[in-house]
Amino acid sequence: MKIGILALQGAFWEHAGKLKELGVESFEIRKKTDLQQSYDGLILPGGESTVMGKLLKELDLFQPLYEKIKDGLPVLATCSGLILLASELSNDSNSYFATMPIKVRRNAYGRQLGSFSVSADVKNIGKVPLVFIRAPYIESVENSVEVLATVNDRIVAARYQNQLGLAFHPEITQDSSIHRYFISICKNPVPII
Amino acid sequence: MSENRYELNKALAQMLKGGVIMDVTTPEQAKIAQEAGACAVMALERIPADIRAAGGVSRTSDPKMIQSIQDAVSIPVMAKARIGHFVEAQILEAIEIDYIDESEVLSPADDVYHIDKTRFKVPFVCGAKDLGEALRRINEGASMIRTKGEPGTGDIVQAVRHMRKMNRQIGELVSLQENELFHAAKELQVPFELVQYVHDNKRLPVVNFAAGGIATPADAALMMQLGAEGVFVGSGIFKSKNPQKRAASIVKAVTNYNDPKILAELSSDLGEAMVGINEQEIQLLMAERGI
Repeated sequence: MKIGILALQGAFWEHAGKLKELGVESFEIRKKTDLQQSYDGLILPGGESTVMGKLLKELDLFQPLYEKIKDGLPVLATCSGLILLASELSNDSNSYFATMPIKVRRNAYGRQLGSFSVSADVKNIGKVPLVFIRAPYIESVENSVEVLATVNDRIVAARYQNQLGLAFHPEITQDSSIHRYFISICKNPVPII
Repeated sequence: MSENRYELNKALAQMLKGGVIMDVTTPEQAKIAQEAGACAVMALERIPADIRAAGGVSRTSDPKMIQSIQDAVSIPVMAKARIGHFVEAQILEAIEIDYIDESEVLSPADDVYHIDKTRFKVPFVCGAKDLGEALRRINEGASMIRTKGEPGTGDIVQAVRHMRKMNRQIGELVSLQENELFHAAKELQVPFELVQYVHDNKRLPVVNFAAGGIATPADAALMMQLGAEGVFVGSGIFKSKNPQKRAASIVKAVTNYNDPKILAELSSDLGEAMVGINEQEIQLLMAERGI
């Protein structure tokens, strides 16, 4: 089992720490040659989506990763990663991979003063600490998408096929259950027809 | 500031890692910076090179000007307050700034005390030339640290010196025995708990960026290879001939800081860099402000 972590900008190091703690090998994706190996899952970390979106394209990483995701590669996307997966952004004309049929609002809770943390139930996982940093939320999902968690009636976690999209940051808390759940998806991905 | 708020503020700095924070003076420059891949912008009326040239007292920027930059971009917006000027910081908090830089680039407002940053909800980044300064700022509530370097010079030597010194001092703390840490805390003039943290974790308790004198993609990569977790670029971008291209190249150099082939490509055809001043030619050492 090996998982690639997009390491263009943001909190990729924290994800690598979680995987190490769970005994899973990982590697950083910074350039095209990093993709010349086999891997079982992909993490799109928190950071700035504008930076990652731009660098994905300019470093020729966009197309190969897009095809992998479309073909069913399991993905854990946190915060800006969620923005990269969304098929539509309600307050931004850009879209990136657009492989998850959901509509996402960027910076939905405002500036840093709107950042917060709560504890909430995540379906299939249980109660976990959720940390939101200048976070987005999911405004709406298509029927094929499974809603995993809501906070104050806003969707903050969802799964579509093998893609796990989160508005919060499981990589910076003490809890590892979200990563454990993702690894279970990587072990038994749903076949894409 | 509650414990939880401090954790949230440290976390925002974690999200900025591996990125470039660019000084901008207008909404147009802010947009150029965002399009070039900046992970945040620093809104200020004059970039450090111009502050240096103009002389006189340099203060926090007009809130209206900062708000026009907040409206222009979706990435986090930072702004500077004078060292010790907690009212300038209160004003920046009132306009919901994402990060306050308590900065030696501006004229210090207090020659003894820094701002008590624990009284604020918004996060602070502070400059440091060594481990003692860094830990004192963290003790006052800073949730991010940057090297002071020497702003507005385009000369990287001081940022290098500050980063090397900090790393060397961290290494020294790590190598000490537990019962030697009390004395180390006394020498560094910082609380024991912070010394203990560095000893146990081999790093600062907050994110550490490089700043002050970065003018080229190679400068940025140098600081990353020396252990910076990201970079601030002040005058280096908008004082150069081709700001768009230079900004985009510095962003990519920070991502691929360990790949000389990519760095060679990024360093090509950038046009003239900012002229810069050598440290021997400087009249005013901003890094000596606020220790």
